[in-house]
Amino acid sequence: MLLKLSAVRKAYEGTATPVLNGVSFDLEQGQMLALTGESGSGKSTLLHLIGGLDTADSGAIEINGKDITPLDDAGRAVLRRGTVGVIFQQFNLIPSLTVAANIAFQARLANRHQPERDRELARRLGLMDHLKKYPEQLSGGQQQRVAIARTLSPQPDLVLADEPTGNLDEATADTVLAMLQELVAETGAGLIMVTHSERLAARLPRRLHLQSGKLV
Amino acid sequence: MTAAILHALASHWWRNPLQLITLLAGLTLATALWSGVQAINAEARASYDAAAATLGEGQFLQLAPRDGAVIDHATYVALRRAGWLVSPVIEGRLGQVRLVGLEPLTAPGGIGPVDPQGGADLGRFLAGEGQIFARAETLVQLPTTGAQHVENPDVAPNTAITDIGLAQRILGRGDEIDQLILSPDQPLNRRPLEEVAPDLMQIAPQDGSDVARLTDSFHLNLTAFGLLSFAVGLFIVHGAIGLAFEQRRSVVRTLRALGAPLARLIALMAVELGLLALMAGGIGVALGYVMAAALMPDVAASLRGLYGADVSGQLTLRPAWWLSGFAIALGGTAVAAGGALWSLARMPLLAGGQAWAAGMSRRWTVQAALSLTLLVLSGAFVIWGKGLLAGFGMLGALLVGGALALPPLLVALIAAVATRAKTPVPQWFWADTRQQVPGLSLALMALLLAMAANVGVSTMVSSFRLTFTGFLDQRLASELYVTAADSAQADAILAVASSQADAVLPLMNVDRTIAALPAQIYAARDHATYRDNWRFLRSVPDVWQRLAQGEGVLINEQLFRRAKLDLGSPVRLGTGITLPVLGVYGDYGNPLGQVIVTESLFRSLFPDVIALRFGLRVDPDQIEALRINLREMAGVAESAMIDQASIKALSLSVFERTFAVTAALNVLTLAVAGFAILMSLLTLAAMRLPQLAPVWALGLTRRGLAVMDLLRAVVLALLTAVMALPLGLALAWALLAVVNVEAFGWRLPMYFFPLDYLRLVGLALMAAAFAAAWPAWRLSRIPPAQLLGVFRHER
Repeated sequence: MLLKLSAVRKAYEGTATPVLNGVSFDLEQGQMLALTGESGSGKSTLLHLIGGLDTADSGAIEINGKDITPLDDAGRAVLRRGTVGVIFQQFNLIPSLTVAANIAFQARLANRHQPERDRELARRLGLMDHLKKYPEQLSGGQQQRVAIARTLSPQPDLVLADEPTGNLDEATADTVLAMLQELVAETGAGLIMVTHSERLAARLPRRLHLQSGKLV
Repeated sequence: MTAAILHALASHWWRNPLQLITLLAGLTLATALWSGVQAINAEARASYDAAAATLGEGQFLQLAPRDGAVIDHATYVALRRAGWLVSPVIEGRLGQVRLVGLEPLTAPGGIGPVDPQGGADLGRFLAGEGQIFARAETLVQLPTTGAQHVENPDVAPNTAITDIGLAQRILGRGDEIDQLILSPDQPLNRRPLEEVAPDLMQIAPQDGSDVARLTDSFHLNLTAFGLLSFAVGLFIVHGAIGLAFEQRRSVVRTLRALGAPLARLIALMAVELGLLALMAGGIGVALGYVMAAALMPDVAASLRGLYGADVSGQLTLRPAWWLSGFAIALGGTAVAAGGALWSLARMPLLAGGQAWAAGMSRRWTVQAALSLTLLVLSGAFVIWGKGLLAGFGMLGALLVGGALALPPLLVALIAAVATRAKTPVPQWFWADTRQQVPGLSLALMALLLAMAANVGVSTMVSSFRLTFTGFLDQRLASELYVTAADSAQADAILAVASSQADAVLPLMNVDRTIAALPAQIYAARDHATYRDNWRFLRSVPDVWQRLAQGEGVLINEQLFRRAKLDLGSPVRLGTGITLPVLGVYGDYGNPLGQVIVTESLFRSLFPDVIALRFGLRVDPDQIEALRINLREMAGVAESAMIDQASIKALSLSVFERTFAVTAALNVLTLAVAGFAILMSLLTLAAMRLPQLAPVWALGLTRRGLAVMDLLRAVVLALLTAVMALPLGLALAWALLAVVNVEAFGWRLPMYFFPLDYLRLVGLALMAAAFAAAWPAWRLSRIPPAQLLGVFRHER
């Protein structure tokens, strides 16, 4: 089992209702699922908890059989470096690094850098002509492709994508998602994609819907 | 992993070179100003120490006559026979050079370079024509004596050391001895001093020489100015680091999201800043050396003029100050970056981006409260503080409090003006100006400090100049001053002058200790010259008449303040003679206490002192004729006669050189502040595009926006200048009424110089306009695509 969530609960200070209230599900290695729900339903929070970006109030989150909820900040940082890769809606590229350096960055952090793999990812994602450019010189779609390459370069076990096409037009979003699916499938990693789009959610084999902090 | 993080962090500077230059330049300038001042102080102190070491003042007990006279050879021999291990010393002046005669066989080890254990060639030192040791620049000033000149860099500046016999011969002082140095190991069975030489007293070794203590306040002033300049530089560094950290905030968040551990991130950022600080510190120390080398001759002249202290005009590379330069660069960076690093360490990983400007604006309330606290503290120092450190504490609290008050005041003022704007463009202009205050606040605070320092120091110097000029008119009333070579020539001068001058005023003085302080006693002849010209700070009625009758003495302000002697206080002049204070007079520029007694009393107290200097009252048209007669009939050398105008010119030149260093530091501080504005505007330029692009899109031209940016900088500088004026005047008052009194012992009246202030405001506006010109020019030529990019990025 790649991922197993058991009765995960999370509430933010000052709010009466918990944003996640007893969420449980699991994900097998190589499985892809879409996580949908209305704004404020807790999708991004759930993704952040799985990615070790935030901590749950209760419940357990097991990745590769290991519960990550008791991990401290340093332990969660190790998790993010090698096991889990996160693709953000806002791309979160490092503006002062070139495209090539951005792609290599997370793999270097995880000590798994393989220049050949970076080149292959860049080629497959159509970034070969842009390797020496800086993020500000790219379009939104190109920046998102750089973010995908960066996340996939260290070959994480689990890829989390938080509305990865939210800033892209429909055609570009379709292209980017197709690339993401193809590349994730090749590595055998699991994928959880948060999206608002019914159309995009329908392209993934499994779908979970969150409503008021619960899976329905 | 570390390499990857370092690469990501360093790439920020690579992509933002201007920010890196701002940081390095700010730190470099700050370190240069600080270490330059420290270099000057270290050089001066080394000179004092060398001077003290020449006579062992800092190490050995000495015997000196109680009455300030000389020790005869018989007393010396009697002491040696009584078991006292003493070594004789004589000193005098050969032109500008202080000649010190030592007896190397009996002098305790370590006195000057003539150390028998240090391998000095005693044979040549003592035999034949003898040897004179001095620095190279001193040796060339010595007259030909037949002795061998030996260059020795360890001897104090303007000092030459030789055997006592040779010194007595060169100085024409027979067997006279000025003082005796006591060897630290004295036999226990020696006879008591009171028995062998009752006229001598022991003087304890001092922590540093007298001159070092006298000049402490001068150096403290310099240090304070260096610290102020450093603080101004630190504002730049703080601004640069703040902006850099703000711009890297999202990068740090991304790095953490990608798995970079927080502790390593913070540590690497600290190391990165440390390396930058070391680099800037190195350049700063080098620049400081250049600055100090350029200022050193003026400082040496100031110290000589003010305190008679001989300081080398050349600079030596000393570890103490360049190490302190590096330390302050690292310390300054730590102070400037500490807050930013702390804030990053506490930044939640998922919190939304917090705009720097918004963060700053929330601080206004806290800043205003802190400012108020510091200003109150400054007031408390004025009321309850004592001593020079309290004076500087007051200055520090006043300046920092004033600077912290600036941004909240500016925001409030702009908000008030904005309410009067009726049309859209002025409304936007004022709103945007208000929004710029957080980003520019550190640079504006630096400008405020620099301007306040300029107003304060220039007011002090100009007030001092006015007072000093008036004081010279009072004190230098005689038209011609003549110095006789000996008593025979003095008689000849009197013979010539009595027939051709309107009045002859003998000038006699002796050095004494009054109220446990070093002081001089002067004789004053009962004459209208004194009565008509001298102004008292306080006096009894009929002061001159009572002085003439020998009913009391006059004292200078220094003695009045330091010894707490007021009107009527008894002043002990010698054994059995104590007289009350009749008046207190201003005596600007004199580090010592002074007592004036009537001429007859002086002659009765000190019958051995012969008048060799005279002030001659004469019709100005007759000065030249009198000079000729004194030269031809009394054989007075031309160099021994100086007219009133020349003395005044000389005194004023000493005065001007004294404040040349202050003026130079003033200009440098203002330049640093101008640089701070330029760098802040350049750094902010890129961050401002999201604010300017919408206005441009709505119909304003790029040129119009650029003109408004230029105008904004000038408006902000003008408001800052207006606020700097009261702060500067408060600073001037503090310098004149608090620091000056504590440091030098006199209080100066404060004058105002509106035209000077106006000129300074003009300069500040020009500096701001100049600093804003380049960013404005760049804005006027910015490609539309770059402005459109703002909307693309916001999509």
